[in-house]
Amino acid sequence: MQINEWIQHNTFHHSQFWDLKKMIEEKEKQDQKISLCIPTLNEEKTIGKEVVLFRSELQQRYPLLDEIAVIDSGSEDNTLDVAKSYGADVYLASDILPHLDEKKGKGENLWKAIYQLKGDIIVYVDADIKNIHPRFVYGLVAPLIYRQEIKYVKAFYDRPLAFSHGVRPSGGGRVTEILIRPLFSLLFPDLTAIIQPLSGEYAVRRDVLEKIPFPIGYGVETSHLLDVYSRWGLDAFAQTDLDQRVHRNQSTQDLGKMAFGILQTFINRVGALGIIKELPEMQTILRQYQAKEKDYQQVEYKIVEDERPPMITIKEYQEKYNITNPEEA
Amino acid sequence: MDTVTDQSDFKAKILDKLPDYERTIRKLRELILANLVMIGEIPSPTFNEENRSQFLKRRFAEVGLQNCSTDEAGNVLGILPGSVGKRNILLVAHTDTVFSEKIDHTISVGPNEVVGPGVADNSLGLSVIASLPDILDRLGIQLKSNLVLMGAAQSLGRGNLEGLRFFLSNTEIPIHYGVCVEGAEIGRLSYSSVGMLRGEIVCMVPEEHDWTRMSYTNAIITLNEVISNIVSIPLPKRPITSIVLGSIRGGHSFNTIATTAALRFEVRSESEKIVREISERLEEIIAEVSAHSSIEVNMDVVAVRKPGGIKFSHPLCKTSREIMKSLDIETNIIPSISELSALIYKEIPSITIGMTNSEHLRQPNESIYIFPIYRGIAQLIGILTSIDEGFCDAD
Repeated sequence: MQINEWIQHNTFHHSQFWDLKKMIEEKEKQDQKISLCIPTLNEEKTIGKEVVLFRSELQQRYPLLDEIAVIDSGSEDNTLDVAKSYGADVYLASDILPHLDEKKGKGENLWKAIYQLKGDIIVYVDADIKNIHPRFVYGLVAPLIYRQEIKYVKAFYDRPLAFSHGVRPSGGGRVTEILIRPLFSLLFPDLTAIIQPLSGEYAVRRDVLEKIPFPIGYGVETSHLLDVYSRWGLDAFAQTDLDQRVHRNQSTQDLGKMAFGILQTFINRVGALGIIKELPEMQTILRQYQAKEKDYQQVEYKIVEDERPPMITIKEYQEKYNITNPEEA
Repeated sequence: MDTVTDQSDFKAKILDKLPDYERTIRKLRELILANLVMIGEIPSPTFNEENRSQFLKRRFAEVGLQNCSTDEAGNVLGILPGSVGKRNILLVAHTDTVFSEKIDHTISVGPNEVVGPGVADNSLGLSVIASLPDILDRLGIQLKSNLVLMGAAQSLGRGNLEGLRFFLSNTEIPIHYGVCVEGAEIGRLSYSSVGMLRGEIVCMVPEEHDWTRMSYTNAIITLNEVISNIVSIPLPKRPITSIVLGSIRGGHSFNTIATTAALRFEVRSESEKIVREISERLEEIIAEVSAHSSIEVNMDVVAVRKPGGIKFSHPLCKTSREIMKSLDIETNIIPSISELSALIYKEIPSITIGMTNSEHLRQPNESIYIFPIYRGIAQLIGILTSIDEGFCDAD
């Protein structure tokens, strides 16, 4: 499928899915279960509203979600208490599959959700969205309900800038435009069709999630795109415009760390796919600089993109889901 | 409701049920808060309420109200039909807020409170109205009367209750009772309206001003003279009367002489005659200050209310007080100049009540407490069922 054709057929706007009654009828006909996973770390200011809205609108009024789960990396504030008080199921990531060595990172929470949650579809939504709305869930789930061939739906957000003509730039944040899009353009031109490859909101079928590895840090979204694309092709993706997303702004230094982690994942993946051969050993220290009076000081950050294997290779998962022949699956 | 039988009937049918209502409403917390967030995050300054009204109309339709519509004034209406339908109770909350669209309308929900611009005034009131059909359903209550639910547009400031006035003047539905729902404060009971005149006094250097005399001219100094005269107006203790100086603005910078200055004010009195007398005095002050200065001074009256209302002993008022007492809500009787005035003008027995406690009212960090809301809504249900059962009918 050509990129333009894909954009035409697999790019949606959340307003196309306003009829939630119809969506739920279709979901029930297919006997699908849908789980929402909200990964958290110190999100007490925003988590309450998020759980209240999803509970009321997508469980009580329209029963689209079968469970709402908060998976936490060890918050030191009241994130878990607030989420629980409004009816979410709350889990500490370290309590899920506790015999595994401990890893900390958003990707770890997303990966453990595959074991813990029961949905045939899992939708991931970040906890720091100030303008949270039910569309953040139903806009992502709908393409999976209505189109069986679609397996992975990414969110994108329109960011209108001042413009004077009918055409305006539409794209992602700084890391996307400066790092990811140039890399994809070089090596995976099909994936440039994904308008915001790093958005933290996506809905995925379990039979895809269980078969892909999960970097636990910054690289999880990039790795997903490369793995799903390599195995199922561009047609497995869709993307939904969720309008505006208001969230915390990150400093350029923080984006530098993010870019460093993503690059590690990207280079590892293209190495594994045989696209780039004979890679040298990569360093895991990012060096940034700060000025103090007339001196420039180097600040070192150790960023290691550790990775979890596909969930289907984990024994407990195989037992829980009666998977007798994981390699065949 | 004078006889012992009436009183015991009222106790059995209304008061005894209130604790159960409160418990059940508590279980609907997410519904009420979700409506509050979704309504409150849509900016809705007076005269620009369309987006919020559109959401409310959709919500009315989703919960199965009949005749869901938006009228010419921008009011949103929906009817929950009663089993008999002989009388109509209007339940109204205003859709507009004092906050401009440019303000960040993000709302945050904590374990005990909700914070954001307009959450108390009046997103909570609207949320309660939007949630009411579900709440009544959960409580197993079907009223005999039709319930007309309304989000009223153009209420605040220069809006001057235009929306509700339009509805009451043009509707073909006879309204027998009115209940105005405000987010805050719980315990508020308004059953009468005070006389009111709301206006703006603007001082302005005219275009053809003689700039050679510039150093003698300043709109702020002139406005200051106007204000000095206003605060010198003697006010009677009875009937209770006050002049509220609400806001002033003028000038542009540190070192430029101000060419405009404006004062927004409100005169309130239990007596219509005194409001009229103060209005005449204001006109005199303006004429006097204008006469000995080269600055134009003008007064623009943006809203006027007549005093009136039901009596303290009216069964609607008495029943409401008993319901509040039964729920341990301390009653705070205050006259109103909001939606209630429009209902009183049409001689419809009406009250205004509040749903919870608030802080920082009309500031961007406006907040409301969650826990009292359940009691506030139980009070509303008690009042509605009392009206429905005829306990509020005057002889």
